[in-house]
Amino acid sequence: MNEALLSVRNLRTYFDSEDGVVKAVDDVSFDLQRGETLGIVGESGSGKSVTNLSVMRLIPEPPGRIVSGEILFNGQDLLTLTADDMRRIRGKRIAMIFQDPMTSLNPFMRISRQLMEITELHLGYSRARARAHAIEMLQRVGIPDAAARVDSYPHEFSGGMRQRVMIAMALSCEPELLIADEPTTALDVTIQAQILELIKRLKEETGTSVILITHDLGVVAGLTDHIIVMYAGKVFERAPTRKLFTTPANPYTKGLLRSVPDPAHEHGRELYQIPGLPPDVARLPPGCPFAPRCARAEELCRREFPPLVQLAPDHYSLCHFAEAVYAESLRERDARNQSGIGPAVKQGAEMDLSNESR
Amino acid sequence: MLRFIIRRLIITVPMVLVVISLTWGLIRLAPGNFYSGEKALPPAIEKNIREKYGLDRPWYQQYWRMLSNVLRGDFGISLRYQGQSVNQILAQTLPVSATLGLLAYLLALVVGITTGTLAALKQNSRLDYISMALAMLGISMPNFVLGPILVLVFSLTLYWLPPARWGGVPSWNLVLPVLTLSAVYMAYIARLTRAGMLEVLRSDYIRTARAKGLSERQVIIRHAMRGGLLPVVSFTGPALAFLVSGTVVVERIFALPGLGNYFINASLNRDEPLIIGVVAFTSIMIMLLNLAVDVAYGLIDPRIRY
Repeated sequence: MNEALLSVRNLRTYFDSEDGVVKAVDDVSFDLQRGETLGIVGESGSGKSVTNLSVMRLIPEPPGRIVSGEILFNGQDLLTLTADDMRRIRGKRIAMIFQDPMTSLNPFMRISRQLMEITELHLGYSRARARAHAIEMLQRVGIPDAAARVDSYPHEFSGGMRQRVMIAMALSCEPELLIADEPTTALDVTIQAQILELIKRLKEETGTSVILITHDLGVVAGLTDHIIVMYAGKVFERAPTRKLFTTPANPYTKGLLRSVPDPAHEHGRELYQIPGLPPDVARLPPGCPFAPRCARAEELCRREFPPLVQLAPDHYSLCHFAEAVYAESLRERDARNQSGIGPAVKQGAEMDLSNESR
Repeated sequence: MLRFIIRRLIITVPMVLVVISLTWGLIRLAPGNFYSGEKALPPAIEKNIREKYGLDRPWYQQYWRMLSNVLRGDFGISLRYQGQSVNQILAQTLPVSATLGLLAYLLALVVGITTGTLAALKQNSRLDYISMALAMLGISMPNFVLGPILVLVFSLTLYWLPPARWGGVPSWNLVLPVLTLSAVYMAYIARLTRAGMLEVLRSDYIRTARAKGLSERQVIIRHAMRGGLLPVVSFTGPALAFLVSGTVVVERIFALPGLGNYFINASLNRDEPLIIGVVAFTSIMIMLLNLAVDVAYGLIDPRIRY
C-alpha cells in the first residue's frame, strides 16, 4: 500500500475550561489516501472540526492544546514543524473551506484582493498575474461575469456565491488536501447540491484529496470513499462508505442511519430518534460515552471503555458488542436483498443529525 | 458620496444658527449683565451703556442685529477686552489651542491604538493587565489632578521640563500640557481598540486569513485592523473637536493663552459677542468632524452606502 497523504495517529486535542479539561479530540486515528475523499460525520461537539483545525494547527492556544499524537502529511509530522514552516503549508498544500461563507470572507476587502493575496504569498505571483489567476479561478467555480465581479465586496454576493469564492480561494494554489468543514450547512438546500457538485467536479479535475466534515449523512453518501463516525471526541466507526451504509457495526451509526427520513417506505411512520443528548465532553463517564443513550448497553458498557474492534481489513468499530451488531447488520442486509427492497438508506438520502440533538 | 457631503454641509448652516440662537437666548435669560458689578451703577451711566450697546431696543431687533452680523462673519467687539474684536481674539488664541489639541490627539491615537492592539493580541498577559490598569487610571483621574502631579514631578522635583507658559512651537513647554490633555483620550482609545480588536480577532474571516498561511503580522495589519478600529473612528471625531476648541482646565493649569481660557472668562463676564463666537466655532468644528467621521466610516466599511 502506498504511503498515505495524511495519516493522523492517536491525536489528542484538549481544551482547558473552567469545568476542567475538555477532551475535544481523544485518541483519533485515520488515514487519507491520495485522491480519496474522506467523510467525517458527527454531531456538534463530536470533535470533527477540532480534528481538522488540529491538522491545520489552527487551534487557538490557549485554551486549546494538542496534547499528543502525530499528523503525518506526506510522511512529515506537522506537529513538529516550526510556525513559519507550517504557514508555508497552510493555504498552499492544505487548504480549508469553512461553514459560514457569510462571515468567512473579510467584509472590508475586495474579493480580488482576498483571492490575490494567497497566490502572491505562496506562488510569488505579480499583481497582474495574481489578478488574472483570481479571475480564472472565479470562472472555474462558476461565477458568471467573473472579470467584472472580481472587484466586488463580499456583501455584494449571495451566500452560495460566497461559498464559491471560498472554494476558489482554497483551490488557488492547487493544494494536495482540501478540508471542507460543513461547506453546505449554512446554505439553502438547492444551493447545497450545487456546491457539493462543484467540489466533486473540481476534485476530479485537480486530483486533490478531500476531507468532508458534516453532520449530514446524506451529504457524504454520494461523495466519499471512506467515512469516520465521531462521537464525544472519539472515532466510533471507520469504514468504506458503502459498508458503513449497508452493514454498520456500531449502535450509534445504526441509530444515525435509522433516523434518516425515508419517504418511500416509511410514510406515516414516526421518524426514529436517538434518545437523550450528546454528553458533556468535560465530564465523561468511565465506560462507553454512548452507553446512556444506547438501547444495547449493558452493565459492561457503563463500567469499561469499549475496545476498537476490527471487523474487516478496512472496517473498525468502537463497541463491546461490535461483532454482534455487525452480524445483525449482515442478516438485515441479506433479508433486504431477498425481499427485493433496497437498503434502508439510499445513497444521497437526506439525513440531518442535528435533529436529534434538538 | 459627494451628494451626501454637500447635503450635510448645507444642513450645518441652519444647525449652527439654531445653536447660536439658543446660546443668545440663554445669555439673555440669565440674571445680571456684563456691566453689573458689586455696586449698582449710577442710572445715567447705565442708561448710556445700554444705549451704546443697543440694549434699550426691543429684543427682536437686538437678536436680528446679532444674527445679521454673525451671518456676515463678524462676531463683533468683545465687551470685556476693549478694542479687540472677537475675530481677533479667535485668531490669536486658536493656534495655541489647536496646536495643543492636535498634538494631544496624535499622541493619544498613536499610543492608544498601539497599546490597545498589543493588549488584545496578548490578552490576559501581564502587558494586557498593566496597560489596561493604566488606562483605567487615565480615564478616572481628572486632568486637574494629573496636571499638577506632572508639574510637581517633572518641573519642581526633577527640573526636567518647564512648568507653565506658552513657548511657541516647538518648545519643551508643550510636553506637560499635551501629556495632561491626551491622557484621558489615550486611555479611552486604548480600551476601545482592545475591545474592537478582540472582537475582530475572534471572527471567522480572521480564521480564514490564518488558514491562508498569512503571517500573524499580515493577518493583523491587513485583515484585523480595519474592523477593529471602527469603534475608535467614531470616537475620535468629536474628541478632536473638543481637543482643538480649547480645554479650560489644562490652559488654566499651564497658563496658556488658548481659546478655553477666553471662553471661561467670557462666560463669567457675560461677554456676549465672545461667547457666541466661541460657541459658533466649537459647534461648527463638531459638526464638520462628525461629518468627517461618517465619511471615514464609508471609506473603511464598504457595506455602508449613502
